Amino acid sequence: MATATPTLPSAGPVAGSRSFLSKLREGDEIARLITFLFAATVVLITVLLVYELWIDSTLARHKFGWHFFVTQTWDPVMDEYGALPFIYGTLVSSTLALLIAVPLGIGASIFLAELAPARISDTLQFFIDLLAAVPSVIYGLLGIFIVVPIMREWIYPAINKPLGFLPLFKGPSYGPCFLTAGMVLAIMVIPYIISVSREVLLSVPRDQREAALALGSTRWESTWKVVVPFAKTGIMGSVFLALARALGETMAVTMVIGNTPKIAASLFAPGYSIAAVIANEFTEATGELYTQALIGLGLVLFLLTFILNGLARLLIIVTTQKGSKVSA
Amino acid sequence: MQSSPNQGLSVNVAATAGAAATKENIAALSLRMKISKVNFYYGSKQILFDISMGVADKRVTALIGPSGCGKSTLLRTLNRMHETVATSRLEGEILLDQQNILVQDVTSLRRRVGMVFQRPNPFPKSIFDNVAYGPRINGMKGPIGETVEKSLRHAALWEEVKDQLHKSAYDLSGGQQQRLCIARALAVEPEVLLLDEPCSALDPISTAKIEELLVELKNLTTIVIVTHNMQQAARVSDFTAFLLTGQMIEFNPTPHLFTTPGDPRTEAYITGRFG
Amino acid sequence: MNARLRWRKFVSNFMLTMTGVCAFVSVAVLFLILGYLLFNGGTSINWAFLTQLPKPVGEEGGGMANAIVGSAKLLLGASLLGVPIGFLGGIYLAEFSGAKVASVVRYAADLLNGVPSIVIGIFAFSMVVRPFKGFSALAGAFALGLMMIPITLRSTEEFLNGVPRMLREGAMALGASKWKTIATVIVPAAYRGILTAILLALARVAGEAAPLLFTSFGNRFWSQGWTQPTAALPEMIFRYAGSAYEDWHRQAWAAGLVLLGLILIINILARTILSRGIAVPRS
Repeated sequence: MATATPTLPSAGPVAGSRSFLSKLREGDEIARLITFLFAATVVLITVLLVYELWIDSTLARHKFGWHFFVTQTWDPVMDEYGALPFIYGTLVSSTLALLIAVPLGIGASIFLAELAPARISDTLQFFIDLLAAVPSVIYGLLGIFIVVPIMREWIYPAINKPLGFLPLFKGPSYGPCFLTAGMVLAIMVIPYIISVSREVLLSVPRDQREAALALGSTRWESTWKVVVPFAKTGIMGSVFLALARALGETMAVTMVIGNTPKIAASLFAPGYSIAAVIANEFTEATGELYTQALIGLGLVLFLLTFILNGLARLLIIVTTQKGSKVSA
Repeated sequence: MQSSPNQGLSVNVAATAGAAATKENIAALSLRMKISKVNFYYGSKQILFDISMGVADKRVTALIGPSGCGKSTLLRTLNRMHETVATSRLEGEILLDQQNILVQDVTSLRRRVGMVFQRPNPFPKSIFDNVAYGPRINGMKGPIGETVEKSLRHAALWEEVKDQLHKSAYDLSGGQQQRLCIARALAVEPEVLLLDEPCSALDPISTAKIEELLVELKNLTTIVIVTHNMQQAARVSDFTAFLLTGQMIEFNPTPHLFTTPGDPRTEAYITGRFG
Repeated sequence: MNARLRWRKFVSNFMLTMTGVCAFVSVAVLFLILGYLLFNGGTSINWAFLTQLPKPVGEEGGGMANAIVGSAKLLLGASLLGVPIGFLGGIYLAEFSGAKVASVVRYAADLLNGVPSIVIGIFAFSMVVRPFKGFSALAGAFALGLMMIPITLRSTEEFLNGVPRMLREGAMALGASKWKTIATVIVPAAYRGILTAILLALARVAGEAAPLLFTSFGNRFWSQGWTQPTAALPEMIFRYAGSAYEDWHRQAWAAGLVLLGLILIINILARTILSRGIAVPRS
């Protein structure tokens, strides 16, 4: 298949190597060349992408250097740009999303992998895959018109009244805020946690669970104390994947986070994320420095997701291999 | 399949199972478990037909027979592991200490009837935590360190691992891992220990170590072992049951079964004519 | 049964029930989404919506005909870019390349797949909008096409590799050259899977708005050719939903229903076709 397969003799005398021309006439060399060029294009595009991000943010990088990461000001009028509010917002909304999505997602994956009969598990997984296909704008739509009002009229008053003195829950809030963004993001990343965790759990060898049961464990004990720890690394991988997805999410977050480049401790405060500010301000950016600052933010986002995705893949591979290697 | 066909049934029995066994009759011993008229099905396919036998207390009982005869299936009914498969169905009665295990609580049953599997399957934890798992979840009294040491000694593994208890169980060799699994099973002090072809994935030296172990362990707990290695059965067991296509063909004290089998099919199997 | 065991069994039953609740909640969200879209958008879809252009800002009525056509145009352009690269590159990986080159290409594809779509938009901006000095359908198609490449590439490779050896060897034993074998035997054997993967890729990029915001940008009128900015369904949803006009909100729901409906139909079709035998590769 991918490695060298023996070339076949053509209809004619075969004696040692065939000439390049005859191979050419067969078309194989051309085919190889053409397909190689297309495959190489993929690599070229990727390299070019990273290069462009780097080059097109040069002005900003030279002007701000490492300060870019720790400056809070985002002032297009004075041409002062700092990435901190956006990094903060991106991290906070993604962390909130994970806090909600990870328990729910792992719980659901346990149900699908350990409890549900195969047909039900497959059917539910089918629906969850569909959930992953829903575009970001649609989540944003629901976010604006369903989640924000719920936040404003139910969740915020319910928490703020008793606990509003805590900086974490201080008001005021009109709806769009870190928590709303976190909630919407949570719904968006749950399918990733579920699908990967479910696969990883299904790959745990049967006799691990059986050994636990044979020692007098209840079903939950065998699942929670043996099967899940066995799949721990892969599940972590799914969480990293989900995090990478959450970090890069643009539309849904833009529509519900409040678009305020400020750092605030309260969950109910409006904020901003890297992707959201690029989406909102890129076309308005007057001046080269402004644009390059935004592209610089894009570079930061790229690096964050790049690292996370790499880690995630590593973890998932390690776990699914463990399943087949464990026994002596 | 191990080598050496048994020409003339020259299996060395006397040296291991003990001369006393040749005189023993199953009826005279107390039975730890009693299996009565067990029929077992996977869906509509019947696997076991009308099996009845007794498991003698503090003795080793071996289940032998060719592949697919149902010996592992029978073993797994003894701690109700068959229930992990949704389509399984069991008819009949299985008594442990004169109480039907099929109507008891399964979790407490499995603490009393332990199991060691065909391939070593230690948990992804340290050696210590593997052995400690059972006592911990069952809330057994007593300092856990002592319990772990005791079990590891019973499994003849203590000396080899006492300085590395916190290393991962996967660092051990295959034979050591299997002894660890035995220690793990022993840690909950089961009344019966079931072993499902425990040496089939191991090298001859590890196999020999475990066989020695089993003969000693019967002082601690009743043992039922499934094996496709007849010599192993002859070496370690006191009683042997021969199964063929889901039926119990013969059940006798081991020396008797191997020297003067009661059924021609038993004789055919142990002389290597099939299986 | 002692108290401790009773407690353990209670915990077991409780926790296992909770996992069921988690699964139920997760799936229920899907139906909630569909429900809301149907309820809020269903009544707004009418002939006008599907065939008229947007009315001037502030006026009620009008439709999204240009966005529907615009999305179709963008998808067409995206396929023209993404499918050949992905398909032919996949053939290279499966049939010709050595292990090292293959892993480099695969790595690049995975990397590209993980790039947030807004960053793809930035790249497309630099590569197309800047040189051509303006927003265009071409730029939007370029961005979406890039996003299609990794999925198409990996799927092509997977499905080609899945073709049984016997089929290949049979053809080659008859004297067929390598490329002929690929073209006449291997690809036809794998085409169903590859085609469905392409459909799934299309469904995925059809819903993307972020990369369009500064490439194809948007247009309240018909867009001619490829060098003018064009409206697209996801982009319109974004702009209308965030606006202050009730009527535009209503239209956003309708557009959402149309968009999601199409995406789900393609997904369901693709997955059902694929599930007859071949596993769906994870994107």
